[in-house]
Amino acid sequence: MDKLEILEGRKQSVFEKNKDVEAFDISCETTSLSGSVSQRACVFCGSRVVLYPVADALHIVHGPIGCAAYTWDIRGSVSSGPELHRLSFSTDLQEMDVIYGGEKKLYNSLIELIDQYTPKAAFIYSTCIIGLIGDDIDAVCKKVSAEKGIPVLPVHSEGFKGTKKDGYKAACDALMKIVGTGSTEGIGKHSINIMGEFNLAGEAWIIKKYYEEMGIEVVSTQTGDGRVDDIRRSHGAALNIVQCSGSMVKLAKMMEEKYGIPYMRVSYFGIEDMSKALYDVASHFSDNPAILEAAKNIVRREVGEIYPQLMKYRTALSGKKAAIYVGGAFKAFSLIKALSSVGMDVVLAGSQTGNKDDYEGLKEMCDEGTVIVDDSNPVELSKFVLEKKADLLIGGVKERPIAYKLGIGFCDHNHERKIPLAGFVGMENFVKEVYQSVMSPVWQFAPRKGGKS
Amino acid sequence: MKTTAKAKAATQNACKLCNPLGACLAFRGIEKCVPFLHGSQGCATYIRRYLISHFKEPVDIASSNFNEDTAVFGGSHNLQLGLKNVTLQYKPEVIGLATTCLSETIGDDVDMILRDYEKLFPDTKELPLMIHASTPSYQGSHIDGFHAAVKATVEKIAEGGQKENLLNLYPNMVSPADLRHMKEILEDFNIPYVLLPDYSETLDGGPWDEYHRIPKGGTTVSAIRKSGKASASIEFSSVLAANKSAAGYLEKKFDVPAYTMTLPIGIKQSDVFFELLEKLSETPLPEKYEDERRRLVDAYADGHKYIFEKKAIVYGEEDLVIAITAFLTEIGITPVLCASGGKSGHLKKRLEKIVPNIDNTDILVRDGVDFVDIEEEAKVLKPDLLIGNSKGYTMSRKNNIPIIRIGFPIHDRFGGQRQLHLGYRGTQELFDRIVNTILEERQNSSPIGYTYQ
Repeated sequence: MDKLEILEGRKQSVFEKNKDVEAFDISCETTSLSGSVSQRACVFCGSRVVLYPVADALHIVHGPIGCAAYTWDIRGSVSSGPELHRLSFSTDLQEMDVIYGGEKKLYNSLIELIDQYTPKAAFIYSTCIIGLIGDDIDAVCKKVSAEKGIPVLPVHSEGFKGTKKDGYKAACDALMKIVGTGSTEGIGKHSINIMGEFNLAGEAWIIKKYYEEMGIEVVSTQTGDGRVDDIRRSHGAALNIVQCSGSMVKLAKMMEEKYGIPYMRVSYFGIEDMSKALYDVASHFSDNPAILEAAKNIVRREVGEIYPQLMKYRTALSGKKAAIYVGGAFKAFSLIKALSSVGMDVVLAGSQTGNKDDYEGLKEMCDEGTVIVDDSNPVELSKFVLEKKADLLIGGVKERPIAYKLGIGFCDHNHERKIPLAGFVGMENFVKEVYQSVMSPVWQFAPRKGGKS
Repeated sequence: MKTTAKAKAATQNACKLCNPLGACLAFRGIEKCVPFLHGSQGCATYIRRYLISHFKEPVDIASSNFNEDTAVFGGSHNLQLGLKNVTLQYKPEVIGLATTCLSETIGDDVDMILRDYEKLFPDTKELPLMIHASTPSYQGSHIDGFHAAVKATVEKIAEGGQKENLLNLYPNMVSPADLRHMKEILEDFNIPYVLLPDYSETLDGGPWDEYHRIPKGGTTVSAIRKSGKASASIEFSSVLAANKSAAGYLEKKFDVPAYTMTLPIGIKQSDVFFELLEKLSETPLPEKYEDERRRLVDAYADGHKYIFEKKAIVYGEEDLVIAITAFLTEIGITPVLCASGGKSGHLKKRLEKIVPNIDNTDILVRDGVDFVDIEEEAKVLKPDLLIGNSKGYTMSRKNNIPIIRIGFPIHDRFGGQRQLHLGYRGTQELFDRIVNTILEERQNSSPIGYTYQ
């Protein structure tokens, strides 16, 4: 086997933290290198992940069938009520539509689907081809909105027009058109919107419960278990708290500018960051000391509950090595802390969409020798986990087989997860999952661990 | 039987995937080949994710990663850069290039771009062989892409000459287990063969001690080269037009007789296959398969009463639907709906060969449908079983109809890649599963819960 090399065009996106590297100037926030087999998707994907969990809206993908087929029920975003988001709708453009334009088909599709499903709003996702054939989807949306009396929102998510991050922006633009259209009557002064939380495996419910226990009113969760009417009145909240900042800080900023709502960035992964997310909000509402008291009680109680278990896992996991490759860099920060709390070392920290500040932060947090990488690919990831002798890889569906092929444990921390990993209870679930994968006896048969190849 | 359903504008919960997916899958079955999509990054990533979720194996697909400039000025630069990078990183012997809606719509002349690229390398040893399949997503579905890639491969590589004792087998989009079974059969008949594609190992292989940029296995280029000299080709397909088929091409170009037949599922279709092999190899059916057939006939007898006059809805690719229909009608199950998201225009005609006078039976045939159409029919037809890929689970759960998962994709169960469908042995597995599904249903719904059946 010859050596796995990093492509010339990728070298500026890979760094190893050690004393020799003085200048740390990672190349990031650019389009992926052609031919590199990036783990990223496209602009459409960015929009789709942000808006997808709005459960009472119609999500219609305007283009050929693939984009809708591959995103049908793709995320574990659960709803406490309607489940319209779990269906897949496409204009399924055919050759003649490409030649003569797809506006009419889009119009007919919208009318038909709105009549059938009576959604509270409709999101129309433009795919690559719409950017080429020049359908005026804004005009179609406007027309249908007037006819049907619901917001019909174009999402300009043509796959090739940027990166996944541009898709986040397009989604936030669409959401911003709904924000501010509802009544804010009755919303109290200790109120928040939970943003960038997609309710995977019910995570938003866990977080919401904590805040409500602190006496804080949750006006909307965006977009997990999302409802159009909640988003409409979300400008009435006193504070926006934003997780998964890459995807939804843009909306928080727009709301700050237009409605003067401050925002703060939080994370719900790991004891340290979860506690901070509660304390930071409590400090914001310092006019009511009972909120901070309640936060302290929650932290005390919850940590007390999970601590004995964590210590048990810590004994087994201490000194094991983890590699992290996730969508957003902000999550990587939390994971490093969470892993460290059970004695694990991080040997690789990477993300699909981090920015320079994120990577600078990762560098600060990590030990010497840790690889830091932006927009990696399977060959690189394999090289790193092998060289660094990782015992665990944290990633998503596309990273999973790399780990398993090489005899390495794996934890899915992406949108397909079925077990909540957020909150205090999520920390216990996370460590348990890591433990169950890393400590499994099956690895004895892996060639790297002495098994036959 | 006739449907009363009216045509819809939008596709809801598609019963098909897009054209490039099939091409990527087929290209994975060529030795040392990397599939490459000329389009947006998302196309490659979504398709990888979709394939990985079924096969549980790394599936690296490169992308030319269009950006806005590419869409305006053409994909030549990105494609060539991508080819260069993928060659450096993967060291492939073959690159299987498939187009997307994007590159097809801007009108890239891919063959010309490839020729220009080849000119950059005077020493052709540095160049992988490049195969180009045209797979615009706005035409047909994934199965068309699959066949397009197989045909493009044969067109590019096959050479004519003195006929040899060699059989080409084009097996259609079947499972790795099916491919292994086909190889075993051909070896037992002592027939030298070229099976294309062969992803039995590349998509269902063992553990690795090092990262294999391209997993081992697949049909070799030298074998494909000889396919023009074969004494015959067998192609499993009922609806594929001769001008889109590899066997059709070889017949026309190199006078290799093409035998086109339905996928060998069920006793009658398997008999056709084995008799054809007996004829072509001038070898009698090996005892092993006589035994398998005998056991199957015996099982049909043992199980017949449990299943007689049960009603099933069959859905999926047209070829699979036809083969399963042939099987069901020989065991006494009525396929009350034969449905496909594909639309070759031949589904009904081909089914009529199996079920004469089909309009006067209880069998409804519908092509170009989605899962919402199928579900609407199911509400009226009240079937006992759904037979098809795992995407039927949504309607299975909602309407409380048991589902038997076959074909591709199987995303919610384990081992889809190891599921056998073909020959007497594959039929036996399907038959056992069908009978057991009915028994389980009977047992679960019985107030007594008999412990013998």
